[in-house]
Amino acid sequence: MNLFFQNIVNGLTLGSIYGLVALGLTLVYGILHIPNFAHGALYMVGAFMSYFFMVDLGVHYWVAMLGSAAVVAVLAVLCERLVFHPLRHSPPIHDKIAAIGILLFLEAVVQMFWGADFRRMSSPFTGIMNFDGLIIPEQRALIIVGAIVLVVALQLFLRKTMTGATIIAMAQSREGAFLVGIDANRVAMMTFAISGMLAAFAATLYAPINLVYPAMGHVVIMKAFVIIILGGMGSIPGAIVGGMIIGFAEAFGGFYISSSYKDIIAFGLLVVILSVRPQGLFAKGAH
Amino acid sequence: MLKLASFMTRPAAKYLLIVLALVFPLIARNEYQVYVMASAFIWAIAVYGLNIITGYCGQLNLAHGGFFALGAYTLGLLTGDYGWSFWPAFVGALLMTAFIGFLVGVVSLRLKEHYFAIFTLCVGFIMYMLTDKWEELTHGPIGVRDIAAPHGFGIVDFTETTPFYYLVLAFLIFAIWFMGKLSRSLLGRTFMAIRNGDDLAQSLGINLMRNKTLAFVLSTTYAGMAGALYAGMVRFIGPEDGNILHTFDMITYLLAGGIGTLSGPLVGTVGIVWLTQSLQFLEEYRMILFGPLLVVLVIFFPRGIVGSFLGWLHRKTLDAGLPAAKQKESRIATGKGVENNA
Repeated sequence: MNLFFQNIVNGLTLGSIYGLVALGLTLVYGILHIPNFAHGALYMVGAFMSYFFMVDLGVHYWVAMLGSAAVVAVLAVLCERLVFHPLRHSPPIHDKIAAIGILLFLEAVVQMFWGADFRRMSSPFTGIMNFDGLIIPEQRALIIVGAIVLVVALQLFLRKTMTGATIIAMAQSREGAFLVGIDANRVAMMTFAISGMLAAFAATLYAPINLVYPAMGHVVIMKAFVIIILGGMGSIPGAIVGGMIIGFAEAFGGFYISSSYKDIIAFGLLVVILSVRPQGLFAKGAH
Repeated sequence: MLKLASFMTRPAAKYLLIVLALVFPLIARNEYQVYVMASAFIWAIAVYGLNIITGYCGQLNLAHGGFFALGAYTLGLLTGDYGWSFWPAFVGALLMTAFIGFLVGVVSLRLKEHYFAIFTLCVGFIMYMLTDKWEELTHGPIGVRDIAAPHGFGIVDFTETTPFYYLVLAFLIFAIWFMGKLSRSLLGRTFMAIRNGDDLAQSLGINLMRNKTLAFVLSTTYAGMAGALYAGMVRFIGPEDGNILHTFDMITYLLAGGIGTLSGPLVGTVGIVWLTQSLQFLEEYRMILFGPLLVVLVIFFPRGIVGSFLGWLHRKTLDAGLPAAKQKESRIATGKGVENNA
């Protein structure tokens, strides 16, 4: 029973992180129809920025998290301005290749400064919460609470503010959004900034119980893609539900099936699901 | 200048290149250069494969490096663990990559554009994970040793670099020859029709699924051939040979040379391999250069070196009113034919 509960906590933690990364990805896809392969690199840069702020500048964890979010947001906006914006009329294959170019570049730059070593990042939340034998490490609790706060904040922003509404409008219908005078450039930059921030938050939350290294984004971004395909590309609830599905599948699969194959579970799931339903689990229309 | 440029598109240029490649081991300064050239040719074969599905057929296949590794591992395991000799194992590697390519293709090609790219990304990653984790079969991170080289004959010993260079060259020439035939055939034009718009292609009566699967299987077989040659040359392989970065390398080669052109993969691969060789100190950080290069290429030169060159040549010949232009004009007027025939 205890182990079962532990797996639920692990599933929730993983699901929260994957969900946050997938949210950024799905927002960008919803607005610009770009599968941003560089999103995992933004996640990785987020972790390294927090590491840099904490270890080299010695600031507090929360400050480091905010600083990292700001840096990655700016980086994401730069990607949009310098790369994706000039490519907006190109065939879709070009966006993907350019995104891969950004990914390779960011990874190489980080590796040049910090090397390919695995690093450990500490956080002030190292304690353990014990509820009558049910153990939750504080950092995992923080991840789950942090993810909930971020998702609620994002929902409030999208539903209650004018700027958020423009993002939703553009995701629903590009032409419609243009007709009512929504500035596409502004929305695109805003979306990239939000997606970068979410990636940085997720990376900073997850880094203390994981390791920080230049290739850390690879597996995460691929899982995030699996999630948004499961949840329907561009769908916000889909990203959260899909994140939880993959998180739980991994926590339980890694425990009950095989821990060395746990990274394959998500991809195996995708292969099976797409073989049966090429349009994804929850997608409304095909492709 | 223009004369020289238009010479490049003549058949004579082709034979000149072959002669150059044949004498290269004689003029190379050391054996290492021959080795680098041979590995560049091997990558070029794989990039030709990528060009079929991505360049001609328009589907971005991100599992290509995985199929390269599949070919290498099939050959390596068959010769190293099961005692096969090189050529049967080579055929085995081709059949294996074709078969797995067929299975993956049948599932993945039902998906379009982004879905296909993401799906193949995952397939490539699964392949990489399997080579790393399935230790009973693949030896895991230790890799495969004792891979056999082809049996020599007479004084030819394929464990030496220069004979293997000629072997690779023979396969490369075959690969390019076949690609040339393909791109001029009805089948090749069918692939391009699918790239240019699959709804239109379908309404012309093209069976999308069958043609895409055929293109995919051809491309994975090319990757398998390159992988098997690679295993035969290096004779030691490990999971890192299936790293997704190799797929990205190949995309860079293809894009730099000219996507959807006949000579692009060769130009791009040989050019960039030698560029990275001359920037040895950059080996680890080559992506600092490659990453922005990819971005700049897709934004400013999406047709690559060969594509841009042909476009330039075409404009020039039209300006100069050379007779050659007249011949080509009809082809250009009817479509994108010209870039696919150089």
